[in-house]
Amino acid sequence: MKVCDLVEQLNLKVFCGEQGLDNEVVGGYTSDLLSDVMGNVDENQVWITLQTHKNIMAIASLKEVAAVILVKGYKPEQAALEQSNEEGIPILGTDLETFEMSGELFGLLKK
Amino acid sequence: MEFVYEVEGGNFTKAGNASSAVKKTMKQLNVDPKIVKRTVVALYEAEVNIVAHAYGGVITVNVNAEHIHIVLDDNGPGIPDIDLAMQEGFSTASSKVREMGFGAGMGLPNIKKNVDELKVSSEVDKGTRVEMKTYLKNQ
Repeated sequence: MKVCDLVEQLNLKVFCGEQGLDNEVVGGYTSDLLSDVMGNVDENQVWITLQTHKNIMAIASLKEVAAVILVKGYKPEQAALEQSNEEGIPILGTDLETFEMSGELFGLLKK
Repeated sequence: MEFVYEVEGGNFTKAGNASSAVKKTMKQLNVDPKIVKRTVVALYEAEVNIVAHAYGGVITVNVNAEHIHIVLDDNGPGIPDIDLAMQEGFSTASSKVREMGFGAGMGLPNIKKNVDELKVSSEVDKGTRVEMKTYLKNQ
C-alpha cells in the first residue's frame, strides 16, 4: 500500500511533502514521546502523533518513515512543513483522535 | 576518516542536523544499513541531549574499516550521578522540553541499546563526554 492510498481511503488531508505520496507503507507506530519513536519506529511505517514541531521531521527523516499523520485537527508548524517538502516525507492530517486513527490505519493495513 | 560537527545548546530547530549528516556519510561509505540505523538512533539521542541540557558541544566522528567511534563533548552543567542518569525514566529536562515530547528519560538507555560500547564521563559545571563505539565487522 502507498501513502496516497491511505490518503484516499482514510480521508486524510495532505499538508506537505507531496512528492512522497508514492512512499510504500508497511506498518504504523503511534507515540508522542520522541525517544520512543526514535527507538521503535521503523522505515516505511506511518507515524501517528500530535506533535507538530520541526523535530518530528528530523526523526521522520532519520528513521525514513513513509509519512506522519497529525491527529485531532493539528497542523504542522511552518518549519516542519518546509522540512517535509525538502525530504519528501508527507505530513497528513485528520480530525480523528489518536486511538481512532490508529484503529483505522491498523484495520486498513491488516486487510 | 574524521568528521567534526558543532552543536548549539538550546537550538531545537537544528537538533538532528549532525545526525543527518553522519547518516549520509555512513551511507556513502557503504556501512551496513543495520549499523547505520542503530548508530543514527544513538547519535540523535546524544545530539538532542546536548541541545536540551548543554550550552554547546562538538561531535567528532571517526570511521575506519573496523569501527565507527563517536565522541560528543559538551560545555554544560554536567551529570552529578551518571548511574542515575542511565536509568530509564530518569530525566532533568525542563517542562518546555518535555512538552515537545523529549525528556522522557529514554535517551541514554536508547544510546546504550544501540552501540557496542558506551562511556559517559562528566564534571559538574563543566560538561559531559559521551563516547560510543560500534564495530563494523563481526569480532
